[in-house]
Amino acid sequence: MGLQAYLTLAAIVFGIGLFGVVTRRNTIGILLGIELMMNAVNINLVAFARFSGSDVGMIFTVFAICITVAEAAMGLAIVILLFRIRRTVMADHLDLLKG
Amino acid sequence: MGSDHLTLIALLTPAAAFLVLAIVAPLRRAGRPAAYFSILGAAGSLAAAVGGWRAYDGAVMRLAWEWLPGQGKPLATIGVLADETSTIMLVLVALVAFLVQLYSLSYLSEEPPPGLGRYYTYQSLFAFSMMGLVLAPNLLQLFICWELVGLCSYLLIGFWYQKPEAARAAVKAFWTTKAGDVGLLIGIVMLWNVSGTFDLGELRMMVSSNQLPLAGLSIITFCIYLGAMGKSAQFPLHVWLPDAMEGPTPVSALIHAATMVTAGVYLLHRTAWLFALTPDVLLIVAWIGAFTALLAAVLACVQDDIKRVLAYSTVSQLGYMMTAIGAGVSVAGFFHLLTHGLFKALLFLGAGAVIHAVGSNDLSRMGGLARRMPQTAIVFVVGTLSLAGIPFFGGFLSKEEILGSVWGGGLVGPFALLMLVAFLTAFYMFRVVFLAFFGAPAVRPAVAVTGFSPIAHYDAAGHHGDHGSHEHDPPAPMLLPLWILAVLSVGVGIYSTAAGRILFFGPAAAEAGAAEHAAPGWLTPAAVGVAIAGIALAWLTYYTRTISASSLASLFGPIRTAALRKFWIDDLFEGVVAAATLAFSSLIGWIDRYLVDGVLNVVSAWTVTTGDEMRSIQTGRVQDYLYGLAVGLLLLLVWVRWSLM
Repeated sequence: MGLQAYLTLAAIVFGIGLFGVVTRRNTIGILLGIELMMNAVNINLVAFARFSGSDVGMIFTVFAICITVAEAAMGLAIVILLFRIRRTVMADHLDLLKG
Repeated sequence: MGSDHLTLIALLTPAAAFLVLAIVAPLRRAGRPAAYFSILGAAGSLAAAVGGWRAYDGAVMRLAWEWLPGQGKPLATIGVLADETSTIMLVLVALVAFLVQLYSLSYLSEEPPPGLGRYYTYQSLFAFSMMGLVLAPNLLQLFICWELVGLCSYLLIGFWYQKPEAARAAVKAFWTTKAGDVGLLIGIVMLWNVSGTFDLGELRMMVSSNQLPLAGLSIITFCIYLGAMGKSAQFPLHVWLPDAMEGPTPVSALIHAATMVTAGVYLLHRTAWLFALTPDVLLIVAWIGAFTALLAAVLACVQDDIKRVLAYSTVSQLGYMMTAIGAGVSVAGFFHLLTHGLFKALLFLGAGAVIHAVGSNDLSRMGGLARRMPQTAIVFVVGTLSLAGIPFFGGFLSKEEILGSVWGGGLVGPFALLMLVAFLTAFYMFRVVFLAFFGAPAVRPAVAVTGFSPIAHYDAAGHHGDHGSHEHDPPAPMLLPLWILAVLSVGVGIYSTAAGRILFFGPAAAEAGAAEHAAPGWLTPAAVGVAIAGIALAWLTYYTRTISASSLASLFGPIRTAALRKFWIDDLFEGVVAAATLAFSSLIGWIDRYLVDGVLNVVSAWTVTTGDEMRSIQTGRVQDYLYGLAVGLLLLLVWVRWSLM
C-alpha cells in the first residue's frame, strides 16, 4: 500500500472527528472527536516518516501522543468543573457568548 | 523739557499708578492707601499736563516709537503728539480726573476697602487710556485707547455689579458703543487701504496735497463717524448714556459727561480736514447732531431722576458739538467740548453732593436744599447758568460760536432746532434747580428711611439713613473740586465773554474760526433771549407756581407721554435685538437639530439596526464557531489550491 492509502485513512478519521466535534451535543463527545482529529494527524506524521525514511516524524508522534493524553486529562477536568458549576455538559446550553 | 516730554509724563503717570495698583494686591485691597496713591498719580499727571500746555509754543511736537515694523517705514508707531488741540484737551482730562478722584475719596468713603481700591485702579486705567487717546499720533493707537476707555466705562458703570440694573447698564453701554466701534475700525482700515498710513500727520499732508482719492471717501468718513456716534451718544446709539448713570456719580461726571463721551467729538475735530472733503457726510453729522440735541432735550424735561436729567443734557450738548462739526467749524464744537467738560463735571459732582445728602436721586425727594446746602446750591446754579449759556458764564461763548457757525454754514434747519434746544436746556436745568434747591422741603416718609430703594442704598454711599441731620454741605474733599470747577467755569466765561473770542487756542485758530463765519448781530440777543425765556418759564412753573406743572404737562400731552417712554427707541432696540436674536437662534437651532444631529442620528440608527441584524450570527455555542472555522479553512484551502493551478 502506498502513502496515499494512509493519507486517505487520516483524512477520513479527521473528517469523522470534525463531524463529531461539530455535531455532538455532549461535551465529552466533542472531546472524543478532538482525540480522533489528533490521531488523524499522528497517522499523517507516521506515514510521512515511514515513506521519507526519516525518524523525526516518529519521535514527533510520540511527543504528540503524550500531549494528547495531557490534553484529554485537562479537557475532562474542565468538563467536570463545568458540570459542577452549570449542572450540565450539553454544548447547546453553554451559550454565554450569545450576542 | 518740551511739551512733548511733559505730555508723555502726564500720560505715563496714571499708567504707572494703574500698574502698581493692579500688581500689588495688598496695596489695592487696603483701600484708602490705594486711593491716595492714585490721587497722587493724578495730581502729578495734572501738573505735567499743565506744564505741557504752557510749554507748547505753536510747533507741533511728536515723540513716536516704532511699534509694528513695515517695509521702508514702520506700519504703526506709538507715542504722543503734542499740538494745540491735544495739550488743552489733556489738561481738561487730567484736571477732571484729578478732581473726580479727590471727590470720590469722600463720596465713596463707606465703600469696603477692596472695592475702593478696585475703583481707583479703574480710575487710573481710565486716566491713562483717555490721555493715550487724546495724545495719539496715529489712528491705530487712538483706536486702542478708544477701546480701553470703553472698557473702563464698562467696568465703572458696573462698579456696583451686585446691583442688576448696573450690570445690565454696563453691558448695554458696552454693546451699544461697540456697535459704533466696528464702524470706526472698518473706517480706519479702509482709510489705510487708500492712503497706506495710519499717521494723522501724514494723512493731513496727503489731504492738503490732494493725494487722497476722493472716490469712496464718504463711506470711510461715515464709518469713522459711526464710531463717534456710538461713543458720543448720537441718535440712534444714544440709548446707553442715560442707563450709564447707574454707576457712581463721580464716574458719571468724569466718563459720561466730561471726557469719554466727548471722545467722538474730539475724533471728528482731530480729523476735521478729512471730513471737510466729504460735505455730504458733514451734512448728516449736522442733522443727526441737531436732532439728537432736540430729542435729548425733550427727554430731559420729563425726567424725575436728577442724574438722568444731566445725562440727557449731556447727550443734548454732544449733539450741539456735533452740529458745529457738521457745519464745518469743528473749533467751535471743540471749544464747547472744553467748557462743557468743566461745567457738566461741576453739575454732576454737585448732583452727587445732593444725592449724598438726600439719599435719593429722585427730584421729588428734594426741595428747599438751598438753605441747608448753600455752597452746593451756589456752585450748582453756576453750572446751570453756564449750561444755559448766560453771558459771563462758561457755556455762553461756546454756545454762541456753535449757533453762529451753524447759521454761517447755511444750515437753517439745524439752527432752528438748536435754538429750540437752547430754550429747553434753560427750562429743564432750572426746573432741576427750582425743584431741588428752592421751594418747600419734600415731605419724607420717616418709615421708608430704613427700607430704602436699592438705588438710594448704593448711591448714597456716605449716607447714614438719618435725613434731617445729614442735609448739609459735603465735606471739604467734595466741596473743593466743586469750587475749583465753578471758579474755572466763571473764569472762562468772563474771559471769553470779555475777550469775545476763543481763548485757549492761538490767535491763528481764533482768527480762522472767526473768519469762517460771520455771526449776525441779532444772534447773541436771540440766544440769550431764548435761554432767559426758558429760565422764566421754569421760574413761573416750579418756583412761583403761577403756571401749574400739570397744565403744562397736559398741554404737551402726547409728546410728554412719548418722552416718558423714551420715544420707544429703547423698546424698539430691545424688540429688534430680541427678534433678531430669536430668529437667528431658531435658525441655528433648526440646523443643529435637523442637519447636525440628523446626520448623526441616521448614522447611529443605521449602526444599531445593522448590529441588531448581525447579532443573530453570534449563537454563543462553541460548535457553531468551530463549524465556521472549519468551513472557512476549507474554503481557504480550496481557494489556495485553485489559485495555484
